[in-house]
Amino acid sequence: MAIAIFSFFVGAVLFLSFYLGSKARSAKGYYAAHGQVGWFVNGIAFAGDYLSAASFLGICGMIAFYGYDGFLYSIGYLAGWIVALFVIAEPIKRLGKFTFADALDAQFHSRGIKLTAAVSTLIVSIFYLIPQMVGAGALVTPLLGIPHAWGVIIVGVAVIVIVVTAGMVSTTWVQFIKGSLLVFFCTILVGMILARGLHTSPPGDVKVVSKSADGKTTLVNGQPASETNALAVGHVLALPDGKTETGPLGPIAYLHTVQNATIETYKKSVKDNVTTYTPAPQKGADLLTPGGYFKDIKAGTWRGKLNFLSLMLALFCGTAALPHILIRYYTVKDAASARKSTVVGIAAIGFFYVLTLYLGLGAMTSGSLDPSDSNMSAPLLAKSFNPILFAIISAIAFTTVLGTVSGLIMAASGAVAHDIMGSLMNIAMDDHAKVKAGKIASVVVGVIAIVLGMVFKAFNVTFLVGWAFNIAASANLPALVMLLFWRGTTRQGITASITVGLLSSLAWILLSADAYTNLYGLPATSAPAPFNQPGIITIPLAFVVLIVVSLMTRNSGRRRQTSGFEVAAAAR
Amino acid sequence: MDEPSPPPKQVAAHDAHVAPNARLGLVLFVVYLALYLGFMGIATFKYELFGSTPFGGVNLAILYGMGLIVAALVLAVIYMTLCKPEK
Repeated sequence: MAIAIFSFFVGAVLFLSFYLGSKARSAKGYYAAHGQVGWFVNGIAFAGDYLSAASFLGICGMIAFYGYDGFLYSIGYLAGWIVALFVIAEPIKRLGKFTFADALDAQFHSRGIKLTAAVSTLIVSIFYLIPQMVGAGALVTPLLGIPHAWGVIIVGVAVIVIVVTAGMVSTTWVQFIKGSLLVFFCTILVGMILARGLHTSPPGDVKVVSKSADGKTTLVNGQPASETNALAVGHVLALPDGKTETGPLGPIAYLHTVQNATIETYKKSVKDNVTTYTPAPQKGADLLTPGGYFKDIKAGTWRGKLNFLSLMLALFCGTAALPHILIRYYTVKDAASARKSTVVGIAAIGFFYVLTLYLGLGAMTSGSLDPSDSNMSAPLLAKSFNPILFAIISAIAFTTVLGTVSGLIMAASGAVAHDIMGSLMNIAMDDHAKVKAGKIASVVVGVIAIVLGMVFKAFNVTFLVGWAFNIAASANLPALVMLLFWRGTTRQGITASITVGLLSSLAWILLSADAYTNLYGLPATSAPAPFNQPGIITIPLAFVVLIVVSLMTRNSGRRRQTSGFEVAAAAR
Repeated sequence: MDEPSPPPKQVAAHDAHVAPNARLGLVLFVVYLALYLGFMGIATFKYELFGSTPFGGVNLAILYGMGLIVAALVLAVIYMTLCKPEK
C-alpha cells in the first residue's frame, strides 16, 4: 500500500513534467518558462522551491529533538524573504537576464565576472544539493526497506529525466504542485496533532541506544534493534495540574500546555566512535526557549553569542543570494508580477513555518521518534497516526526533494552552459545548441549530486544547508546589493567581492569545529575557526572588499556608466 | 545601506516610478530589520526575557518568533499595495 501511494505520486509528477515539457521549445522557454508563468503559480512555486527537504524534514526533526532552536531556522529562513522582496526582487527582474551571472554581466560585459559568478552559482548549488540527496536516501530506507544508496540513485535519475526532457516549465509546475500538497497535508497533520492533544506516559523502556562507528549496527539496551524493541521514543512525562491527558487543544493552549509539561527527550553522546542516546527529561519551558541546540546562548559566552548571531545573519542574507530562488524571478512577465509572486510565496512559506512548530512538538511527544535520526521525525509522526498518512507524507517529502533538486540542477547547468561554455569559452551556440549544452550539463551535475549524496550519507541535513546559506550570503549578496544600489561599483570590485566572499566562507567552514568533528573525525578543539558560522565576518568582509576595490579602480576608465535601473530601462 | 541611485537624467518615462518603489522597499526593509535585530538583541543581551509570559500564557520567544513571521507577511502586503502600478 505504501509503495503504491508512493509510486502514484512520483509517477504523477513525472507524467506532468513530460506533458508540460513538450510545450517548451526555445532556449528562453527552457530556461525561463517563456516569461509567462502566472504570479500565483509562481508564488506557490517559490514556496515549493524553498520548502526543501531541509525545511520539512530538518526543521521538524530539530524541533522534535531540541525544541525551539529548530524554529530559529524557520524564523531566519522566512526573514530572508524580506531582503529578497524589498531589496533585490524588483531591480533584478528588470535586468531581464536568465542567471545571476548574466544579471551581473549585463552591466559590465566582463569575463571575470561571468566566471566568478558562475563558479559561485555552481558551488552554492552543489552545497545545497548534497543535503537534499542525503534526505532522499534517509526517506526511502524505512518506507521501502531499500538501502540509502538506492534512494539517492532514484532521486538522481528521476530529476535528470525531469530536467533533461522538460526544463523550467515542468520544474515550475512540479514546484507548484509539491508546494500546495506539502502545505495542505501538513495542515491536516497539525489538525490531527491538536485533536489528539497531549497525554502522559511512563518513562520509556528504551534506556540506551547506541550506534557503531560505521553506523551500520544499532543496539537498543544492549540488544540488536528489532521489531520488538523498535525505536519509538518521545513522551510527555508530566502534564500541568497533574492531569494524564488533555483531550483536544487549541493552537495557543497546546503551546501553553507543552510549556508547563515535562518531556522525555534523548541526549546524544559520542565516545570511542560509538554514538549513544540516553533519556533526558526536560522542562517544557526550557524546550520552548532558544538554547537546546545552540547551548552557548544559554551559557552566555561571547563565542557562542557570535555563532548564534552569525547564523541568524546568514539565514537573513542567504535567501536572496540562492541561485535557484533568483532564477524564478525571471519566470513572470513583469516587476508587479514578481512582487505578487513573492507575497504569495511569503504567505505560503510563513504559514508552513508556523506549522513546523506544531509538527516538531507533535513529533517530540508522539512516542514514535527514532533518537538516532532526526530527519525521520515528520514521517514517523505521520506514522503514529496512520500508515497511509505516513506513505503520503513520505511521498510528498520525496517529491519535495525531486522538485528542489531539479530547480538546483537547472540553476547549476544554466551557469555551466550559459556562462562558462557560452560566454567564457566563446563557444558560439544557437538556441538548439544552448538547450543541448544545458541538458548535458544537467546530466553531469546530476551524477555528481548522486555521488555526493552517497558520500555524505552520515551527515546531518541542516548542517549542510547552513553551509550553503553562509556561502551564498557571503559570495553573492554583497555583489548583488552594491550593483543595484551603488553607482560607484566597478567590475573589478564585483569580481573581487565574489571571490573573497566565496573563498573566505568556504575556508572558514572547512576549518570550523563542525567540519573537524563531522568531516575529518578530528577533535573540535583543534579547529582554527573561532566559531562555526562564518557569515558575521565574511559577509561584511565581501562588502568591504567590493567598496575598497571599486574605489581603487574607479578611474581606470572601465567604471560602469549607468546604474542597474538604467540598463534595465535600456534592455526593455 | 546606501540610498538607491537617484533617477538618471536620461531615464525613460516608464522608469520614473522605480526610485519611489525602491525607496518604499528600503523603508519597509529597515522596519523589519529593526524587529529582527530586536529578536537577536534579546537572545544576546537579555536572554532571560524570552522565558517571560507577557500574555496568553505563551512565552516571549514563541510570541516574538510568530510575530516576526506575521510581520513579514504584513509588510509584504503593505509593499504590494503601496507600490506604484507599472505601465
